Amino acid sequence: MHCRPSIVIFSFFTLIGAAFAQGPGGYNPIGPGVDLAGNWGPVFHEDAHERGPGPELANYVGLPITDGARAYALAWDASRFTIPEHQCEVHIVSYIYRGPYNLRIWEEREPVSQKLIAIKQYLDNYQQTRTIWMDGRSHPSDAAPHTWMGFSTGKWEGNILTVYTTHLKWGWIRRNGLRHTDQATLTEHFIRHGDHLTHTSVLTDAATLSEPLVKTEDLVLRLQNGQTWLYPCEPVVEIVRPRGAVPHYLPNENPFIHEFADLYKIPVDAALGGAETAYPEYQSKLKRTTK
Amino acid sequence: MKGLAICMFILCLPAMSLARQGSGEIQTLKVQGNVYLLTGAGANIAVQIGDTGVLVVDTGVAEMGDKVVAAIKKLSDKPIQYVLNTHVDSDHTGGNDAVRKAGLTYVGANVTGNLTDAGVGAQIYAQDNVLKRMSAPTGVQAAIPFGSWPTQTYLSGRRQMFFNSEPIEMIHQPAAHTDGDSLIFFRRSDVVITGDIFLTTSYPIIDVDRGGSIQGEIDALNNILELAIPGYQDEGGTYIIPGHGWISDRPDVLEYRDMVTIVRDRVQVAIKKGMSLEQVKAAGLTKDYDNRYNAKSGLGSAEKFIEAIYKSLTQKK
Repeated sequence: MHCRPSIVIFSFFTLIGAAFAQGPGGYNPIGPGVDLAGNWGPVFHEDAHERGPGPELANYVGLPITDGARAYALAWDASRFTIPEHQCEVHIVSYIYRGPYNLRIWEEREPVSQKLIAIKQYLDNYQQTRTIWMDGRSHPSDAAPHTWMGFSTGKWEGNILTVYTTHLKWGWIRRNGLRHTDQATLTEHFIRHGDHLTHTSVLTDAATLSEPLVKTEDLVLRLQNGQTWLYPCEPVVEIVRPRGAVPHYLPNENPFIHEFADLYKIPVDAALGGAETAYPEYQSKLKRTTK
Repeated sequence: MKGLAICMFILCLPAMSLARQGSGEIQTLKVQGNVYLLTGAGANIAVQIGDTGVLVVDTGVAEMGDKVVAAIKKLSDKPIQYVLNTHVDSDHTGGNDAVRKAGLTYVGANVTGNLTDAGVGAQIYAQDNVLKRMSAPTGVQAAIPFGSWPTQTYLSGRRQMFFNSEPIEMIHQPAAHTDGDSLIFFRRSDVVITGDIFLTTSYPIIDVDRGGSIQGEIDALNNILELAIPGYQDEGGTYIIPGHGWISDRPDVLEYRDMVTIVRDRVQVAIKKGMSLEQVKAAGLTKDYDNRYNAKSGLGSAEKFIEAIYKSLTQKK
């Protein structure tokens, strides 16, 4: 087979050009992904009510929860927070990005090869350090511990960092009693647009969600360090109770079930959520049922 | 002979339900300190190793005994000196004989020279009710062969020992899963082994016929919570190895304790209202937890859990 010299020369310069075309002064070949390192702060234009003061009791609108998850939430009494063992409970990784926090992201690279080993994150809310393994390792055995941040592996899909997390504990779906179980898994996408970072999460848990729960949050790059990097937590006895007492509401006895629904003048059925309430078609159903 | 067969069947019931892990290979995970977890032999097995020797907590199902011994030998070439049983179920004690035979007991005598083993293998420790359920009066055929029986028992409270530079406690839980449960606490490694008092795989299995009770189960879970001290930001610290399932910590047990207590409270209210067992079963009192803990059938199912609570709360004291 013969190659024409012009084609060979063209191909050579094309390859060289691609390798060196890295902007001003750059001859650094393109690697996978983008640099996410830096200090990021959340933007609260989305879901501000839920993320700040917290959601109303018995407000599960638009969440694809199972009957079991709803029953759990209606049995949940906020007084459970007064039990010392519950007071320092960390916001689970599937929920923590909804809170107020500073987020620091950095890379850990193998010193000689500069191969990316992990992307680390520090969230000052509950002082959580999260490791996203980028070195292709497997998730641990089923017998390994479950943690607040879970076990995460990541990969670059173009310039999007996609992260898959297993080995989670029970944790919030919404901070009013809705919780997912320790069987949940989480897929996330970190997408950088200049000084903006979009975090998209897809939570899956057959026990509590009839469909995956998709959420987004946005963050902005902060050139100055945030000031609040610590979150010490010391549990105390707030209410003296008999040993082992667990505050909860008996089935059908939650006293707050009408509060949110009445405030916004919607049927209780709508307030109690479910996948159906997440879709536009539900508005038509509401109109029919509330006539 | 028929009686023996019935006895063996009853003792094996828990294993038949829970031993689904016992068909594969043994996996070994380091927990922390000197303590390792072996999975794949039925129930969870804990192994403590050190300069002095090897101590094993529970031994899995009988048919996995040789593989369990091989997995222990990979961790340490020191002699297996002690086996501690958390309770009597055969998925926790089935490998006793194989592990005992692979070990040795240091014995002394009023003679010169070193007597290292009188041919008895490792010693097996358990709460006294474990021995009672495995053995039989003289002249009567025992349900379990002699080689698997505990060689040392304690009656109540706690039994303490010091091995591999570590204080170890067996703490009797008098009426939880059964009447012969022990929590095993490795005080230096900071690991608690719970037996079937705590499971991450299903609802608790409360064996009322063998002395278990709902209040005893809740008391035992609260005892675990009091032993465990979580680490930084409420995670890790004391690790807790359940009878079945993954290495846990205090928040995991807390969620489980809350669940058991809440369901107990609901059944108690239903009984006060005069509801029958069938009515309570039909009332859906575990609806919020079934997707997570219901074992679908047999032991560990919502039905059996409710049944045990009802029976436990209504039986005459």
